[in-house]
Amino acid sequence: MTPDEAQEMIEEALQEIAPGPVLNELRPDDDLRERLELDSLDFLNFVEALSDRAGRRIDEDDYPELVTIETAAKFLCTRE
Amino acid sequence: MPSLGADMDAGTVSQWLVRPGDHVSKGDIIAVVETDKSTVEVECFDTGTVGELLIEPGQRVPVGTVLATISTEQPAATPAGGPVERPTGAGREPPPAAPAPPAETEPPHVESPLVRRLAHRHNVSLSSIRGTGPSGVITREDVERAAAGPTRIKASPLARRLAAELGTDLATVRGTGIGGAVRAEDVRRTAERPAEAVPAEITPAAPAEPAPVVAVPPSKPVDAEERQADMRQAIARAMARSKREIPHYYLGNTIDLTYALEWMHEHNRRLPVRERLIPSALLLKAAAVALREFPRLNGFWAAGDFVPGDGVHLGVAISLRGGGLMAPAIRDADQLSLTELMTALRDLVSRTRSGRLRGSELTNATITVTNLGDQGVEFVHGVIYPPQVALVGFGTTVKRPCAVDGLIGVRPMVTATLAADHRATDGYTGGRYLQTVARLLQRPEELR
Repeated sequence: MTPDEAQEMIEEALQEIAPGPVLNELRPDDDLRERLELDSLDFLNFVEALSDRAGRRIDEDDYPELVTIETAAKFLCTRE
Repeated sequence: MPSLGADMDAGTVSQWLVRPGDHVSKGDIIAVVETDKSTVEVECFDTGTVGELLIEPGQRVPVGTVLATISTEQPAATPAGGPVERPTGAGREPPPAAPAPPAETEPPHVESPLVRRLAHRHNVSLSSIRGTGPSGVITREDVERAAAGPTRIKASPLARRLAAELGTDLATVRGTGIGGAVRAEDVRRTAERPAEAVPAEITPAAPAEPAPVVAVPPSKPVDAEERQADMRQAIARAMARSKREIPHYYLGNTIDLTYALEWMHEHNRRLPVRERLIPSALLLKAAAVALREFPRLNGFWAAGDFVPGDGVHLGVAISLRGGGLMAPAIRDADQLSLTELMTALRDLVSRTRSGRLRGSELTNATITVTNLGDQGVEFVHGVIYPPQVALVGFGTTVKRPCAVDGLIGVRPMVTATLAADHRATDGYTGGRYLQTVARLLQRPEELR
């Protein structure tokens, strides 16, 4: 998976969980939970949406890798 | 128009999902109603045939307005102990001296909460009882008589045989013999008469108090901004009422979540994402199970007395995107497994935010739990949602230094708080409740 493909996948997953204008203004290094006001349930839904799209398991231990779009994209690319 | 919460004065019927002549069963979704806070699916509280739809879509009407009529055919008997007191006109066999008229439509008239509790304890439906007190008020004796079981109806042997042959319930026959005894000709007359339909109002079984009389502004399309403003007003009314009427007391307890979080982490390790738990599920479950031991925190304050809830129905405070708050209920939360509770929570949050709640979910809560941990809050000093008598709050989980077996250790800690109604309980009860929540969270495997 290329970084661009990973980023697109993350943005699609976020679009599903927290649609809204803030998403368009999101920078790659923004803290997703803070910027999008995601609660624990939203975050779980995000992980599920991302896991489904990427076709791979994402464990709880991996959650710290999903802080920003940048770190999440790096995680998806290196986990192939 | 059902009252879908203490903060609702009026609502707009946005859509009917049934037509006159449709058969409906209790629990069916029959209409969609717009409130100040949300779009709500309204369930039917009776079984029968839809008679007339009295309110046009788009009309805004006050709480308490009859929206439609339902005709319920005269059944032979209604199972006692239904949770809803309905003016169905049906019921258990009445005493022969005072048979219930077939088209009885008056709702049960009960003033005393003690009588309601007695009926609840004996599993007797108040709607099936004919009150013998002043102005037809149902008395304690009436409930006890009903609980003792049906009285044998006075009837001649021929009348009994005839009733059996014709399939007529003697309880529905008005006797004209001596002392109200049923005679054969009474049975024939009843059997020839077509079944009488009984109109029944569609009203909620909410514990809400009588709706205040309000001026209802005309209906108009509601945009997002307007809905925000309406919701703010609705919350303002309910919370101002709470602080005006309820003498709150507040308690807090800091709980070590080490074992709970370790257990959850291990549990989740084996599961796909959609089946994983979040800490909120554990906290909700512990809060619900602990309530079994402290029923006086789980219920309502109504007519000057405490009325226990008919189960532990946890109202979960859910913040809406763009502002606002709703607290729909997870029914019988203490009876659900953790996995079931988690599924119910996900479903409820999703439907709350997409505006697809059911009316019963907004009226059933017997206590509210709010978890502001995701917002970084450590202590919640909650405002009770009237007419409930308690609100449980959870803050964020923070790692704190604390004494562990005589040494300083760093542990994940959460502060659980209780705001409770001093009319219903004292601090001693509240304190023991929080202790029980803490104890349950030390043995998370038993919460399953």
